[in-house]
Amino acid sequence: MDGFPFLTAILLAPVAAALIMVFIPRDEGKLIKCIAAMGTFVSLALSLYVYFSYDMSIGGLQFVEQIPWIRDLGVSWFMAVDGISLPMLLLTNLIGFAAVFASWNVNNRPREFFILFMLLITGVMGTFIAHDLFIFLLFYEVVVIPIYIMVIIWGSSKRVTKEYAGMKLTIYLLIGSAFLLVGVIAMFMKSVGILGHPDMSFTALAEAGKQLSAFDQKWLFGLMLFGFGSLISMWPFHSWSPDGYAGAPTAVSMIHAGVLKKIGGYGLVKIALVFLPIGAKFWAPVMAVLGIAGVTYAAFGALAQKDLKYIVGYSSVSHMGYVMLAIGSFNLIGINGAVANMFGHGVMAALFFSTIGFIYEKTHTRWIPDMGGLARQTPRLAVAFMLAAMASLGLPGLVTFIPEFTIFVAAFQVYGGLAVIGIAGIILTALYVLRAGANTLFGPPRDEYNHLEDIRGPEMVPLVVLGTVLVVGGLLPSLLFDMINSGAKDIMTHVEGVLKIGGVL
Amino acid sequence: MVEFALHNAWLVPLLPALSFVIIIFLTKPWPTLSGLVTVGGMLTSCFFASLAAYGVFTNHKYAEEPLVYATRWFTAGELNIDVGIQLDPTSAMMIFMVTLVASLIFIYATGYMKGDPGYSVFFSYLALFGSSMLLLVLSSNLLQMFVAWELVGLCSYLLIGFYTHKISAREAAKKAFVTCRVADFGLLLGILSLQIIFGTLNLTELAEKIHNFDQYTTIGMMTLMAVLVFIGPIGKSGQFPLHVWLPDAMEGPTPVSALIHAATMVVAGVYLVGRMMFLFHEVPSAMELVAITGAFTAMFAAAIAITQREIKRILAYSTVSQLGYMMLALGVGSLTASMFHLWTHAFFKALMFLGAGSVLHALHDRADVWKMGGLIKKMPITGYTFMVGCLAIAGVPPFAGFWSKDEILLAAFDNGNYVLFTMAAITAFMTAFYMWRLFFLAFMGEEKAENHPHESPWNMTVPLIILAFFATVGGLVGTPWAPVWGEWIFYGHPHHVEPNYVIMIGSVVIGLAGIYLAYTLYLADKEKARAHALAKQFSFLHSLSFNKFYIDEIYLWFNHTIVDGSAKLFYLFDIYVVDGILINGLAAFTRLSGEGLRVAQTGRLQNYALVFFLGVLALAVVLAFTDPATAFGLVTGGAK
Repeated sequence: MDGFPFLTAILLAPVAAALIMVFIPRDEGKLIKCIAAMGTFVSLALSLYVYFSYDMSIGGLQFVEQIPWIRDLGVSWFMAVDGISLPMLLLTNLIGFAAVFASWNVNNRPREFFILFMLLITGVMGTFIAHDLFIFLLFYEVVVIPIYIMVIIWGSSKRVTKEYAGMKLTIYLLIGSAFLLVGVIAMFMKSVGILGHPDMSFTALAEAGKQLSAFDQKWLFGLMLFGFGSLISMWPFHSWSPDGYAGAPTAVSMIHAGVLKKIGGYGLVKIALVFLPIGAKFWAPVMAVLGIAGVTYAAFGALAQKDLKYIVGYSSVSHMGYVMLAIGSFNLIGINGAVANMFGHGVMAALFFSTIGFIYEKTHTRWIPDMGGLARQTPRLAVAFMLAAMASLGLPGLVTFIPEFTIFVAAFQVYGGLAVIGIAGIILTALYVLRAGANTLFGPPRDEYNHLEDIRGPEMVPLVVLGTVLVVGGLLPSLLFDMINSGAKDIMTHVEGVLKIGGVL
Repeated sequence: MVEFALHNAWLVPLLPALSFVIIIFLTKPWPTLSGLVTVGGMLTSCFFASLAAYGVFTNHKYAEEPLVYATRWFTAGELNIDVGIQLDPTSAMMIFMVTLVASLIFIYATGYMKGDPGYSVFFSYLALFGSSMLLLVLSSNLLQMFVAWELVGLCSYLLIGFYTHKISAREAAKKAFVTCRVADFGLLLGILSLQIIFGTLNLTELAEKIHNFDQYTTIGMMTLMAVLVFIGPIGKSGQFPLHVWLPDAMEGPTPVSALIHAATMVVAGVYLVGRMMFLFHEVPSAMELVAITGAFTAMFAAAIAITQREIKRILAYSTVSQLGYMMLALGVGSLTASMFHLWTHAFFKALMFLGAGSVLHALHDRADVWKMGGLIKKMPITGYTFMVGCLAIAGVPPFAGFWSKDEILLAAFDNGNYVLFTMAAITAFMTAFYMWRLFFLAFMGEEKAENHPHESPWNMTVPLIILAFFATVGGLVGTPWAPVWGEWIFYGHPHHVEPNYVIMIGSVVIGLAGIYLAYTLYLADKEKARAHALAKQFSFLHSLSFNKFYIDEIYLWFNHTIVDGSAKLFYLFDIYVVDGILINGLAAFTRLSGEGLRVAQTGRLQNYALVFFLGVLALAVVLAFTDPATAFGLVTGGAK
């Protein structure tokens, strides 16, 4: 085990798959898909291995690979995982693997599609395991390009055209990352002054952050909050999300809603919070309020939708509001809940989008009034839909409930009555997902859908993989929480340490 | 063996859960086998539950000190949550009752659902339903209880909406889930506050800490928490004003109704309040709220049941009403009476629902009691067992309902709250009246020519007979002269009450009076002329009652107008303001300024030179006012 660069291997498996695809004739669609499946499967298997062999009793960064790269900027190929990155890495691979099968019926330029998709997954994974700020940003930007191309080529136009959706998604995220970049560069420059030498590694920057003045911490955190916040679709910077997901092809929606937007929450916890604890404490109430606003606002928004993808799009904004609320609670329970909720929501959203993708493929509509009674004609799709819907409303016994409960404990403790408004979101969520489910799946079956074929074979993979995670994670939450808790504890210990010093000064 | 069952009570909820898994993954294509798996799982579970109950009820130490096995479920920071089982007389009674009644209902369902295309799926849901309820009953931790509580809700959702192609079933299922969700929101807030203030959700630890609550919090906060926790049971146990889902729940197949109304789901709320007595007991005003809600619901639902025409709807409102009784008993502080009524009610209500199912089965879903009549002749087993149920609910001795209802009336009376007592007594009269109205209309009188009833098969009638047996003798465990029940199931100290013969005889008289009134109106009077005349005379009251006091309509209006209206507003705001003005506005600004700047890029050198010259000129003018010397130099090109 020791010495083998697991993390780089995880990262390179999809790249290798993409490289192989380049040499395959374009009409060999099946073969290309199989290679994509193999590539993601290798990553998934390796990341499962890493997840379960991570030693939680020691904690901290493990599976470390560090190779100096640009010495003048202090950049190194610094790959490592801790209790926060591991769940996100695993999530990426679960969804990536499932998404390949959710795209099994892509027959328009499959080679290009899957090559871009492999690059996309690599980029997302990279952000979660890089512990060097430069590398992190590099992967972060790598992600944007394949998404843009995939949306405008393989997307679909409904309320807005796919070109608009792709453009909005890309530009929005680039603006966000521009602010982030300013914050990061300023942070780096200041750290050079403090440390006396350039070092881009997270560990060094966290050390440097201890000595930043409160004023610097506040404005730097503000910039990062805007950058990461627009990525996690924090209200009111959320409007790319419903349009973007609606326009994107299934696999992109899955990856984007499932993991990509979690980079925002991940960045807030692992970068902004750790580097700038004083700034974080200052901004915490703002995050909480914006989180609560997002939960309620987007839940109402979802209630007014008639397009299935828009419902899930708005609902993901609403659920990310809980993550913001959790981070805004600024305590250990909250951080636990934030990360766990990102995991739970990721699995749920991916299953939801893959199900909707199949429904769209088969019925050629996502417009709820045109549907009904699908449970009779496509029972397995109905199971997948209901499973995702129940996870969305936070049904106990599924992976989303305990994270939400943890967040509620954290937020209620700190914000009391204000948090109640956010918690009330569970009623609205139940209302819109059950309504969507009822009008799509139940009621009298329609004759025009009698010929529909239920999902089978490879199409079952997303349901099986993600459904298993939903149930197992729900029944045995400690599988997830022990890991996250070990990471969150380190973070909060660091943060409280810094705040204490700040208090003395 | 008894020891084994006592220490492995987790098997009781696990076995039905296993049936669920087995059916879903293995036996789904073979309906008969699936039915067997479910029935077998529940019967085995019933066997273990009986042993465990025997173990508990023969060893008095469990009445003082519950048997708890718990293990850590997860940890997040300082939040530690356990899961486990807690066995004491109350939960032992419950697992015995639930497994017994559920087994009988499952057996009945093998007959009732014969030939249904979704037979296997139906039985898998039933198994999961039973399992969730048993988990709820045995929970040692409030969060675990909440998990089971929601799973019960999920199963009821799936089962009420089992006939997925029916719009009414779909809507009823949704209504049940959403109504309970609203209530669960309150319960969740209650649980959160308990966790935050007391730092634990384990029932035994909570009980200890709440006993000395003044070290942790104020009485005001305690009241708030008790009220929040109580909102959950208001929804689940169909108390006013969240009772609306329960009557609609009859959209599911009849065995489901029996299961929901008797053994699972609705009694969960009563049970939860019973389990949390240590919280309510400390807060008198919360107790009062429980009692008033219960008494009002009992009377309110009875007032609706009087005019309903569908057989299952009448039974549904009677359930709401009887649950009100149980809440009332809890509210006046008698866990004993409440659990006693829960116990007897489970038998006679399951009996009556299954009887109604047998009738519907025979009449091909013709549900209006006015269109029935004389059924007892063709369906003697169903008819006579149903009569036992009616006698029990009307409070005729020695049937089960008499003893438990008497216990509740006595508890309310002893509590000194005579208003509540009177409400309970009036409800008793109404109950006897509407139940016997149903019985006389449906089973007695003349047969209708268009009906061709026939007795149901053995697997439907045998459960009826067994339930009728329990509905007859089930109350004898708690007679005032031998109050065995109160020695085991109590809060605080064992429950002993002196028999109060005035109340006892009074309640019998009230019950008989109700039956007699029903007899004169609906059986003796062949044309039912007086009944119709009364309805006409009090047409306002009649339509109020028949339309369930328009509560559903109010909610519907609120939901469609206020909630959907705000949703639409939020959405329009989102696409026109956030998106339209801010985002697209910003984009348009960028684009327009780009276009504006493009106009300047003409490519002609003369234009650039002109702009350049004008710029210099402007600069010179500005500087001339501030610094003449530099301006001069600028224009002359720096020549001195």
